Amino acid sequence: MSLHYASNDWYPVADAACLARGPRKTRLLGTDLEVLGPFDHPVVTDMGGRCFPVQVRYNHLWTTIGDDPRPLFDIPEADEPGRRHVPCGVVRVKCSPLRAVENFLDIAHFPFVHTGILGAEPHTEVAAYKAEIREDVDEVWATNISFYQPQAAKSAAGGITTRYEYRVPAPTAAVLYKTCPPRPEAMDVIAIFVQPRSETDCDVWPWMALYDDTTNFADLAQFQQEIFLQDRSILENQRPVKLPLDPKLEIPTRADMTSIAYRRWLKRRGAYYGALTDQT
Amino acid sequence: MSHFTLYTYVLSASCYKVRLMAALLGVPYDSVAVNFYPGFEHRSEAMLALNPWGTLPILRAGDLVLTETQAMLGWLATNHDPTGRWYPAADPALGPQVLQWLGLAARLTGSAGLARLHAILDWPVDGEAVRKAALKDLQELELLLTDRVLAGQTWLVGDHPTIADIACFPHAALSPDAGLEHDGFPAIRNWLYAVRSLPGFVTMPGIHELHELREREPADPQ
Ligand SMILES: N[C@@H](CCC(=O)N[C@@H](CS)C(=O)NCC(=O)O)C(=O)O
Ligand SMILES: [Fe+2]
Repeated sequence: MSLHYASNDWYPVADAACLARGPRKTRLLGTDLEVLGPFDHPVVTDMGGRCFPVQVRYNHLWTTIGDDPRPLFDIPEADEPGRRHVPCGVVRVKCSPLRAVENFLDIAHFPFVHTGILGAEPHTEVAAYKAEIREDVDEVWATNISFYQPQAAKSAAGGITTRYEYRVPAPTAAVLYKTCPPRPEAMDVIAIFVQPRSETDCDVWPWMALYDDTTNFADLAQFQQEIFLQDRSILENQRPVKLPLDPKLEIPTRADMTSIAYRRWLKRRGAYYGALTDQT
Repeated sequence: MSHFTLYTYVLSASCYKVRLMAALLGVPYDSVAVNFYPGFEHRSEAMLALNPWGTLPILRAGDLVLTETQAMLGWLATNHDPTGRWYPAADPALGPQVLQWLGLAARLTGSAGLARLHAILDWPVDGEAVRKAALKDLQELELLLTDRVLAGQTWLVGDHPTIADIACFPHAALSPDAGLEHDGFPAIRNWLYAVRSLPGFVTMPGIHELHELREREPADPQ
């Protein structure tokens, strides 16, 4: 049931850098897959030789194993001129794909987990903000967030109060918009695209679209990788491993309003792959 | 004033080894971020010209280029530790013991280090084989450390931390990244704690500050 719902979304299974090194053997929703390059003419098959549809978007190769796939979500900012696209590779995490997304949406952990970069004590207060399910687009949004950050981006010269917006366009993807230090009127875009290998194991592909023409690629990618690896050990130790959708199972705090909206949204659309529910 | 240039990658435990030693000795240096992953830049022509073995880190100081982390720690201690305690090379009892431990440090790089790269970056190695080898090396470390504890000692050699401790620390500390938890290794746990308490200690992703550790690990492990 939950697998059927999940199988009709698109998921990233490779980027150009990994296909340049050879075919990628991987797993999606419990199905073993092989991804063959080149990146602009890729082939995705299962072990029985069945081919799956592919599309290249946001510097990643996407596939779906469902019979009736929903369209891949749009990130309009990806096509804006002047943005630098930074695919950060893949990080494997033994956690529910939904937990990986939920952690990405949470600001409250910044001062404790990303100390000196995305947050710092005593600036731990998360001011009231707005979290909602936008019915017209059927997405979760959190807006009007601001937070003090010692090193908001590689391009930041020092501490600034950063504005944030979050957007969940699909159960296993999240996009954030944050103040761009060299262009305070513009927003940088950072996303995670989660490839669920199983309900408790995923490959996470961070991706950025930034206004930053000066920092070299290695520094940009490593800034993001460092932050993501700080989360990894915490993600692997969360219990229960699957994300509880029943509000009685975990008591969220005020800073978790986005998480409440996300869980509610997953529940009402039946996106139970990686979730702990009455049905599972 | 910068004393050397380190070609480094933020998630590399081997690079961290050198950053940690430099921090503990208070040696300033310049960093060059290499796109080890996803770019595999350490295998680019320019990097291979500097290090034909295609590994990171690389330490450059004037004409000197080092590609072995154990050698980098030795170089740092020899040149920047006036007390001579971090690498007592000339001491007939302690010097050889330090070198003996550096052997285990090198084995840990090939076992625990690869097991971790496999677990987090899907590194193309036999994951099961390197995890098994890592477990064996951690068991060896636990046994040897237990002997040290029974001898009333905290550090691997003598009564002061040495480059041997720093050489073994990163891969041992980061083994949970590969699913090799420290629960069954009480001597390793205590020793990791001691290294983390050193003045000037710096972290890397996966290794928490001591105050975070205190919050996360209750005094009573039950
Ligand atoms: N020679 C180094 C090797 C350190 C090492 O294995 N570094 C890894 C990164 S953590 C590496 O460069 N691997 C390259 C590769 O396997 O392609 C040492 O002294 O330990
Ligand atoms: Fe985080």
